[in-house]
Amino acid sequence: MLSTSLMTQDQVFQFPPAWYPHPLVWSNYIKAFQQVPLFSYFVNSVFVSICTTLGQLLFSSMAAYGFSRFSFPHKNLWFMAFLITMMIPPQVNIVPLFFVMKTFHWVDTYAGLIVPGLFGAFGVFLLRQWFNGLPKELEEAARIDGCNPWQVFWHVALPLAKPALVALAIFVFIASWNSFMWPLIITQSDTMRTLPVGIASLKSSYRDVTDWSVLMAASTISILPILAVFLAGQRQFIQGILQGGVKE
Amino acid sequence: MPTSTTTPTRSLMKRIGQTWGWPALFILPCFMGLGIFTYIPVLMSLGLSFSYWNLLGQPQWVGFSNYSAVLQDPVFWKTLQNTVMFVLGTVSLDVTMALLLALLLNRAIRGIGVFRTIFFLPVITPMVSVALVWGWLYDPNYGWLNAILQLFGVEPIAWLYDKQWALGAIILLQVWKGMGYNMVILLAGLQGIPTHIYESAELDGANGWQQFWRLTLPMLSPTLFFVVTVSLINAFQAFDAVYLLTEGGPENSTQVLVYWLFKNAFQFYKIGPASAMAYILFMIILTLTVIQWQMRKRWVLHEADD
Repeated sequence: MLSTSLMTQDQVFQFPPAWYPHPLVWSNYIKAFQQVPLFSYFVNSVFVSICTTLGQLLFSSMAAYGFSRFSFPHKNLWFMAFLITMMIPPQVNIVPLFFVMKTFHWVDTYAGLIVPGLFGAFGVFLLRQWFNGLPKELEEAARIDGCNPWQVFWHVALPLAKPALVALAIFVFIASWNSFMWPLIITQSDTMRTLPVGIASLKSSYRDVTDWSVLMAASTISILPILAVFLAGQRQFIQGILQGGVKE
Repeated sequence: MPTSTTTPTRSLMKRIGQTWGWPALFILPCFMGLGIFTYIPVLMSLGLSFSYWNLLGQPQWVGFSNYSAVLQDPVFWKTLQNTVMFVLGTVSLDVTMALLLALLLNRAIRGIGVFRTIFFLPVITPMVSVALVWGWLYDPNYGWLNAILQLFGVEPIAWLYDKQWALGAIILLQVWKGMGYNMVILLAGLQGIPTHIYESAELDGANGWQQFWRLTLPMLSPTLFFVVTVSLINAFQAFDAVYLLTEGGPENSTQVLVYWLFKNAFQFYKIGPASAMAYILFMIILTLTVIQWQMRKRWVLHEADD
């Protein structure tokens, strides 16, 4: 893909296919930015993914801490109510979710792209496991020093949960960056599109006269951030998968 | 007297506050979010699956007619057949390949992390980019795949435009994209098997093949169980590749459930039948998961102690 993104149009359609570009055509990248609002797709993707990640970290860690540290009637039942949402395929609620968004007037807005993705049971499950494994003594000491439960959570428990939070953050970021079906449904105008949806529309709008090298340049740009995030936190990410998966 | 009536209420409030106050503060935000964006839509979807609604006016109750309409539609059955073939194809190939790779990589060789990363990259790559590259590889005129096959004297194949090949081509792409995830999990499972049992097996004269069937597979069965379950659920929900490459064609040969559902809802505006299909999909996944959990006891080692 990287190779094709640097090819001339003639070279792309040569047969047998060329393996490497000659000469290097960096201008395909400039063309990609000029011909399509690639920059706005990119900004949308970054903004949506970051907001979704931060929001999910906050809500999941709060709920996870609540389940891990407090006792209240029917706690297991409440936790089951959370877990059951993991078994529902997203396609079951995607149609009515669209109409919920419509009543909120959130179709084709950032809120519509971000807010439904803020609440996930997977993160609650993962972080609860982590909080359960933390020793309680430190938190009890903080309580004796006069902290209320929120302060204990924010200043003591959360910093200790950092590895699990990093794993979840990478997980959510990648899922959000790559998510396709929901952004496809909820966005209508070109200015709201995220990268995957934007590139897909780019492909279909050209159809027969597709400028492959420009498409490949756009795809390369879409992969770079995810690659950076993944390489930076690979260890935690893979450990996170294993924690969420095998120990389930 | 106002004071005497408020005191019991106040103490009741205080009791509720003591039991529920902090847990509610922590849990309620997430729970309400799930309520609005999951529980309510799921129930709405159930209601809509029993209704006629053309997006204008109020939905009308029509009983099971959406379900019977869906079940009488030949395209739905073709779709279901494709979905089953797709699921069987992807899951079997994916798990087999992932297991082979995991066995190959489960050695103390240098640079193992690099290989792991290379095989994991497709997992994190957006499907749009993967589909673009593969669409180009599959291109009947300029694609590498035909170019390579031509070296062996194979006639060019129209891959995605040929109803005999299209579903297979999508399966191959999906396997390539997904196997890294399973590989990482299986690799962790393999590394959890204590080495001393292999040593004693070797002393008893077991060869590599016997060790694999009698030791590795049974010891790995809990991990394999997880991998198969997750892969099955994911495969039933495949959408992106079909949307991007074939749109269900040619002649519905790659029409799968979720894409057909999407098309009915957002292109034909048949909300009722689309919701009915969503629930049929849900029931299929639920039934399979339950069956798997039942079978788990039989083919997964050591699960009895759980």
